[in-house]
Parts: sequence; C-alpha cells; structure tokens
Amino acid sequence: MSQQLAQKLGFVLLGLLSLVVIVPILLVIGAIIYSGLPAVSWEFLSAMPRDGMRAGGIYPAIVGTILLTLGTGLVAIPVGVGAAVYLSEYAQDNVFTRAIRLAIVNLASIPSVVYGLFGLGLFVLLLQFGTSILAGSLTLAIMTLPVIISTSEEALRAVPMEYRTVSESLGGTHWQGIRRIVLPQALPGIITGVILGLLRAAGETAPILFTVAAFFLPRLPQSPFDQTMALPYHLYVISTQVPAMPLQIQHGTALVLLAFVLSMNLVATLIRSYFRRRREW
Amino acid sequence: MVDNPKIQIRDVSYRYGQIEALSRISLDVPEHAVTVFFGPAGGGKTTLLRLINRLNDRVGNTTMSGQILIDDENIYAPGVDVPALRRRVGMVFALPLPLPGTVRENVLYGPSLAGVRSRSRLDEMLQTSLEQAALWDEVKDRLDQPASSFSGGQQQRLCIARSLSLEPEILLLDEPTSGLDPISTAKVEHSLLELKKQYTIILVPHSVQQGARVADYAAFFLMGELIESGPGADLFTQAKDKRTEDYITGRFG
Repeated sequence: MSQQLAQKLGFVLLGLLSLVVIVPILLVIGAIIYSGLPAVSWEFLSAMPRDGMRAGGIYPAIVGTILLTLGTGLVAIPVGVGAAVYLSEYAQDNVFTRAIRLAIVNLASIPSVVYGLFGLGLFVLLLQFGTSILAGSLTLAIMTLPVIISTSEEALRAVPMEYRTVSESLGGTHWQGIRRIVLPQALPGIITGVILGLLRAAGETAPILFTVAAFFLPRLPQSPFDQTMALPYHLYVISTQVPAMPLQIQHGTALVLLAFVLSMNLVATLIRSYFRRRREW
Repeated sequence: MVDNPKIQIRDVSYRYGQIEALSRISLDVPEHAVTVFFGPAGGGKTTLLRLINRLNDRVGNTTMSGQILIDDENIYAPGVDVPALRRRVGMVFALPLPLPGTVRENVLYGPSLAGVRSRSRLDEMLQTSLEQAALWDEVKDRLDQPASSFSGGQQQRLCIARSLSLEPEILLLDEPTSGLDPISTAKVEHSLLELKKQYTIILVPHSVQQGARVADYAAFFLMGELIESGPGADLFTQAKDKRTEDYITGRFG
C-alpha cells in the first residue's frame, strides 16, 4: 500500500471517528426537540405549573435556574479569577501553594452530591441560611470554583512571560502589567472557564437538592433567602416523582434546560471570538 | 576612569543560587556615549544590564552585593521608587517583543502608565520617539495597525521607540539586533549613533564586529569577571589582556 493511500485511509478513519462523537449529540438534541417542541409554548414558558405540575408552565423553574446561575457567578467569578491571578502571578512555588493546587484538583473530582451534603451542613444548617437561593448559589459556587480557577490560571500562564517583563521595564508596576496586558490577553480563556463552570452549575441537580430546590412552589422567590424551583431538579421530579406525567412536558422541560445551557455556550463562544478578534495583532 | 560617569558599578557580585554570575565588578559608564559590554555567552553581561534597571528584583533565590549608582545615587538603596527608576533606564531586549496592540499603543504604553493623559503631549511623544528610532517614515501612516504586522527589524525599532517615549536618561540594549537582517541591523546601529547625543547607552552587541563599530567605551566580560575596560578604539585594537585579545581575534568564542 502506498504511503499516500495509507494517509488517505487514515484521514478517512479519523474523520469517521469524529463523526461518532457528533452523532450522539445530534441524536440527543434531535430527540428532545422532536418530542419536546410541541409542549413548548408561550404559556409553558411563562405560566405557573398547575394540576400537580401535569399542566401549565415551568416559569418559576426557569427563573430559579437563571437566579441560581447568576448567584453562582456572582460568587464564583471574583473568587475564582482572583485566586487564579494570585496563583499564577503572585504566589511563590512553595509547600503552601502546592497544597492549594492539590486542593483545587481534588475539589474538581468530588461528586456533586457530596457538595450538596456539604452545602446542607454548612450553609443551610450551620450558617442558618435555610434552604435558600443563597445557600444553593454558594454550594454551586464552591463546586464551580475548581473549574474556573484551573482554566483561568491556565489562560494566565499561557500569556508569554516576556510581556510582564516588558511592562515592568517600561515602568509598570507588577499589577499594571497584569491589568493592562496579562488579563486582557487571558480573557478569552478565562471566559471559557467561567462559562464552562457556570454551565455545569446550571445543569446540576444534586448540589441544589438539599440546599435550595423546591419540589413545587408556584410563585417566584422574593429574596435570596427563599427557596426556588429549578429546571434540573424540576425535570428530575416530574420524571420520577409524579405519576401520570405527560411525557411531552418532561421533554419540553428538558428542551428548555438544554436551550438555556446551549445558548449560554453560544454566548460564551461569541464573547470569546469577539475578544480574540480584538487582540489578534 | 571616565570623567563623567553616569553609572557607577561598585564591587557588584551576584549569584543565582550557588552559581556566581558576576564577581566583584567595578566599572564606570560614561554619559552620552555608547558603552559596549561584550564577551562570550554566560559572561554576566545580561545579568549586569538587568541589575541596572532592577529587572532582576523578582527573580527568586539570588544574592547581590555591592552598589550601583546612577547620578551618584544608589539605586538599590531602600525607598527607591523602582518604576520611576525604570522610566529613567530603558531596556531593549534581544528579541523584538511588541506588546499586543497597535504601534501607537506600544509606543505610548510607558507614558500612559506613568499617567500622561494629554492627547497632544502623547502625539508629540509618539512622533518624537518614532523619529529617534528611525521608524517614523515607515509607520506614520500605519500607527493604528497591530505592531505584529510589521517586520522584525521594524518591530525592534518600535521597541526602541517604546523605551524612548519615556524620555529615559539611559538606554540598555541587550543584543538588540540578534534577530535582524544586516539592513535592519545597520538602521538600528545608525539610530544608536544619533541617540547617544542625548542618552547614555549600554549595548551588548551580537558580534565583536558590531561592538567595535559602535563602541565609545567597551568592557570585556568573561565568566562573570570584568577582564578589562577602556575606550573602544583602544580595546578593540590593542587589548592589554591576552584573553580579551584572543576573544576579539576570534581564537575562542
């Protein structure tokens, strides 16, 4: 067999393999859209659930998920990006910072239900936030932190060391170099990490199970100390806990959750490509 | 040694961990002249340059002794404003290292950090420093284009202009032409000869020939020691030390 033929065959094979990756995604999305779309109407998106959630809409769950995602971001983004800047730009390489890094890696591998129990113990019970958006957001934020920290640190480290040296040689302080050169350069990577983390938070069920999620609450939360419904938990509930649940509503809910997550992903991609274009020098 | 020392290096020793990079260097650098630090790699030239604007401050596990004086003031004295010092002592690196951004942003990076806001003042700085670096004519219509879209030689002159925009007193150049073609090199050398009227320049040349071409004063470094120093015309033609002569004539490199 000639080398060229072998190479062609190789490429075809690799192409087929990557097709294998796409197929399940398309199937999942296709199936959900096919069976869920008929359920999605303006009423479905904007009305309270009725008849033991067998009819009406999922409005409070949508609002709840948006609020939880925002709350998570509010806590996790400053803490996570700040920690990443510290680790990448200021921290010396010593036992202390190695311990921090080890902790971050380990945090990332903890199952989400364990975060849920931790949040229950710390925020709900010990700090007496109760089952609330505050407790849920904090729990999700802790779960999200490792992703944000490690991707942001990676992005910061990818900025050439020379830029920092040049900035200093021009009379910039350490922080000026970080703010004017390093952070803008790392921003696309940081945004990716942030969105990845928040996406995971938006779709998780276990961490909110004990900390915030309401089984059935046909009104909107009034304060951070209120419970709320949330899409992933609602989906879990109507799929397993409610008898005689119309399949359409389950799939419609799944579709909305999927659309929420995918559109966040899309926004992230747009922001990233915008910044990447801007810094393409 | 020289009549009008701008920089006085007094008995400076420097170690990276256990490795001695500079061993008891004492040297005066004259004002408004090109002083060349030359010698084989690993001789301590770059380290000494970086000490003159304290760029090595954040390098860990190092020890320094001795003093470096600029205008008779010890730059390592406690309380010295290091960013202000670096505005007085510009640095150009071996590779052209434009910052991300346009020509304008690059040149004005230092002044804007220093808090210059006046638009007309900034425009003036932009033009003056680009002219001094012999780059103005080539980029005056492309000031808002990305710095990375220019050739290596233009980028390196941009880096020189970037240092000049701070109106420093001293310019340190660490093999600034090592990545450049002969024509760009000639342009950079030519602008150095212009610049020395206003600035005190220390150059680490990328070849002995370049050193000989531009040196008013020269200092030969070998393995962390200053072997000899003196007016360039003398040093490059009749070195006193055998090692200097061997290096200049190419017996080792």
